[in-house]
Amino acid sequence: MRERPAVQAGGARLTIEAVSHAFAIRGAALPVLDRVSLTVKPGGFVALLGPSGCGKSTLLRLVAGLEPPDQGAIAIDGDPVEGPDPSRLLVFQDPTLYPWRTVRANVALGLEAQGVGRGRASRADAALHLVGLDGFAEVYPHQLSGGMAQRVALARALVNEPRLLLLDEPLGKLDALTRLAMQAEILRLWQEKRFTALLVTHDVEEALVLAERVIVLGDRPAAIRAELPVPAPYPRHRDDPAIVRLRREILNILGQQT
Amino acid sequence: MSGSITAGLAPRAAAPTRGWAHPPWRILIAGAAWLALAGVTLGLPEADDLPETTTFGAGAAVLGLALLVLAPVAGRLGTVGQRVRHWSPWLAVLALAFLAWEAATAKIALLPMPFFPPPQAIVEVFRDDWPRLGGSIVASLVLLAGGYTIGAATGFALGVAIGASRAVGYWAHPVLRFVGPLPPTAWLPLAFFVFPSSWSASTFLVALATGFPVTVLTWSGVAGVNKAYFDVARTLGASRSFLILRVAIPAALPHVFVGLFMGLGASFVVLVVAEMLGVKAGLGWYLQWAQGWAAYANMYAALIVMALMCSSLITLLFRVRDRLLAWQKGLVQW
Repeated sequence: MRERPAVQAGGARLTIEAVSHAFAIRGAALPVLDRVSLTVKPGGFVALLGPSGCGKSTLLRLVAGLEPPDQGAIAIDGDPVEGPDPSRLLVFQDPTLYPWRTVRANVALGLEAQGVGRGRASRADAALHLVGLDGFAEVYPHQLSGGMAQRVALARALVNEPRLLLLDEPLGKLDALTRLAMQAEILRLWQEKRFTALLVTHDVEEALVLAERVIVLGDRPAAIRAELPVPAPYPRHRDDPAIVRLRREILNILGQQT
Repeated sequence: MSGSITAGLAPRAAAPTRGWAHPPWRILIAGAAWLALAGVTLGLPEADDLPETTTFGAGAAVLGLALLVLAPVAGRLGTVGQRVRHWSPWLAVLALAFLAWEAATAKIALLPMPFFPPPQAIVEVFRDDWPRLGGSIVASLVLLAGGYTIGAATGFALGVAIGASRAVGYWAHPVLRFVGPLPPTAWLPLAFFVFPSSWSASTFLVALATGFPVTVLTWSGVAGVNKAYFDVARTLGASRSFLILRVAIPAALPHVFVGLFMGLGASFVVLVVAEMLGVKAGLGWYLQWAQGWAAYANMYAALIVMALMCSSLITLLFRVRDRLLAWQKGLVQW
């Protein structure tokens, strides 16, 4: 693993340059990303918005280093991404907690994988406190509700103090009320920890409530259709006139006349 | 016990009855059945001279009296009392079965005598021949433990290796497919002249019988691990050994235990056949020996002991599984 600076300088700068990617399905190439370029400044919050299955999640997998892009370059603070690294973490739509581990052991997974010996349990407990799950350390995942499981997944990422958090529709499977609560939670964590955040979602309001900038992707192969800064201050309200106006504009771009 | 669907649907068993308010009929009937067995055994004349009739009859009487004494206080004995209540219908049926057996053999000699010995003849075997019977259990257990451990460990390691490495899979898969389905007993003649002793040959055969299901199920467990588990671990900085030891193996453990269970069943088959045909010790050998001497009571005694041994070993395996897989929901109760 590469040596990381001893003091974390907040969020990372993410640069994506002309990335194209295709899946091989039965020998035929199915293009999913078409020359996508974007930059996220350190500590920024950008949302990628687009229809389901347009290749947004693929872009996050490439940034996470789980797969190399077919074309183009991805760099963190100028260094090209060559593989997965705990400073760049992905939170999936499914919490994918390990059912055989307690909540605490799930959260400590990254520390364990990186060979951090000392203070693993206390750091895991601190991360659980951060997401409001004190007292659940000894519980097994099948005893948790969907929202709680997703909080554990957040804690599992945050305990590693990532500089870039990739959120792949993390709230997609939650009920409406839990979803609102979790949006507030993600916002609070981002403001507190100052990591760079890249959120993939197909919920226009979610993107507008959370992100400083919303990038609208077209259908497959996904290319950037529009980039809209969200000038409203946090915490934002759904009925804020600026948000309402942006929402209408985005739905127009996506072809959903209102 | 509580693994059936009915456990959830049937109305809860009534709370233990207290005092004389509700006479504990179940336990009283069970006690009466055992006393009836004692009466028939001790009271009726016998067609033959059987030395242990008194022991058997007295045993039945003691159990019957104990149940009658226990009946009124069972409600106050906590788990012991509840257990007696739970099993008393079984105890009653068991006593009636013994009674029918006793009557049909020792009393009216309905069934031909050497092939169908009365229950007291089996009691006699346990009393007179226990050193040989005990030695056979030990011999069987030693052989089984050796072969099963080797087979399970090899099968587990091979299964993980096939699941984790393409190269190992390439070479091992065809061999496994071709040789695996062969019944391990088919190797018997070959094993007995290839191996230096019948004991090592039998160990090999037991290991083979255990190894095949353990390998296949471990492999399928590792192959079936949710790919997202690996993605999570990889982004968190996991090495390849971490992915195998801390992700693939724990995720595959439920499958591994199915393999260990199937392997244990297969190993019993091979154990008994190997002992019957080559090894001069163990319960399989004892069965063969008893049959050779027309000592049918000994044969039945050995069968009972064998059933107890196999059942206990499976129970033990399930206990280990329950401890290791406590995180799983809806485990089958053995």
